[in-house]
Amino acid sequence: MNNKVQNNRAWLLVLPMLVLVAFSAIIPLMTVVNYSVQDVLGPNARFFTGTEWFSTMLNDSNLQAAFGRQILFSLTILAIQIPLGIGIALLMPKKGWQASAVLILITMPLLVPWNVVGSIWQIFTRGDIGLMGWSLRQIGIDYNITRNAGDAWFTIILMDVWHWTPLVAMLCYSGLRSIPEAYYQAARIDRASKWAVFRYIQLPKLTNVLVIAVLLRFMHSFMIYAEPFVLTGGGPGSSTTFLSQSLATMAIGQQDLGPSAAFSIIYFLVILLVSWIFYTTIMHMQKDKNSQGGA
Amino acid sequence: MSWMVWTLPTAIFFSSIAAMLAGMTVWELRSPSIERKGFLPISTTRGDRLFISLLSAAFIHLGVVGFTSLSLLVASAVSVIWLLVMMRWG
Repeated sequence: MNNKVQNNRAWLLVLPMLVLVAFSAIIPLMTVVNYSVQDVLGPNARFFTGTEWFSTMLNDSNLQAAFGRQILFSLTILAIQIPLGIGIALLMPKKGWQASAVLILITMPLLVPWNVVGSIWQIFTRGDIGLMGWSLRQIGIDYNITRNAGDAWFTIILMDVWHWTPLVAMLCYSGLRSIPEAYYQAARIDRASKWAVFRYIQLPKLTNVLVIAVLLRFMHSFMIYAEPFVLTGGGPGSSTTFLSQSLATMAIGQQDLGPSAAFSIIYFLVILLVSWIFYTTIMHMQKDKNSQGGA
Repeated sequence: MSWMVWTLPTAIFFSSIAAMLAGMTVWELRSPSIERKGFLPISTTRGDRLFISLLSAAFIHLGVVGFTSLSLLVASAVSVIWLLVMMRWG
């Protein structure tokens, strides 16, 4: 609240970025909106359809089912990855060469491209040559991801946990490292139990990184495409077809540009809503913290 | 521009969004917004409230288009009222 004359010319430095975003995001998005209200058959053959595609898409039972599966998938992997990531971060060595070694080992899955992750798991879970598939069959479990929807789900969740828990673990690890030693000393003086240290020191200090981890993992999993596409192709049936794959089938496979544009917009709005809620929560928490620190 | 397959309604839609953003900028320069708390659980600036109104307007329209047989104008009317309520008391 000062009355100084503010120089806002620094905003001009944002212009190049704005131009870039306009070309990579805003103009394409506008085009998608234009497509969503028309039936475009060719450059000169297009018909205005109004809101027809939107109501078709919103009432499409396949898409509704895909949406439900998507939510279920995202919530499941969050419920597994967040606690698991915290646990791994707590167990990681704090210094010395062991710390570096563990960090590198843990980062490994994050470096694998997404479709390669799908291929790795596709081979890994095959009943004839895959280590996991073959072993499970040898001990008498009828494991088959191309026939059994439960197995396909289990494998996709296991794959996502393998691929992305390291991210949560690393975020939590950095959060844990930033807790000053004085807190632990105070806890030792109070003879606080390990649980009490976790509950009243580590977990509260991790809140910020955890919100970021939840946001990143939610967004990632909500847009998941390559991994299940390569692993199960959305099957058996459509039991593991998630939103982005439904969209790709519609837009690229069937060339239904109007309906898929309408669907993209709905998808985008859902993601925008969730991101905004998370973003506001993060900002709100930081503001609360600052006002507490100031008081 | 022909590849963007413009239609009159979408052109009007994007023009009004652009006009809103321009208007908000001018308003902000004339009298800077002060963050305050209304009936929403968070304190918001004018821009926040506009964003929330527009996002909820999108969902109101989707709801009306997808799950009712009401006219789209009903959704727009509700959205405008909601926008005004938000901007004033949100």
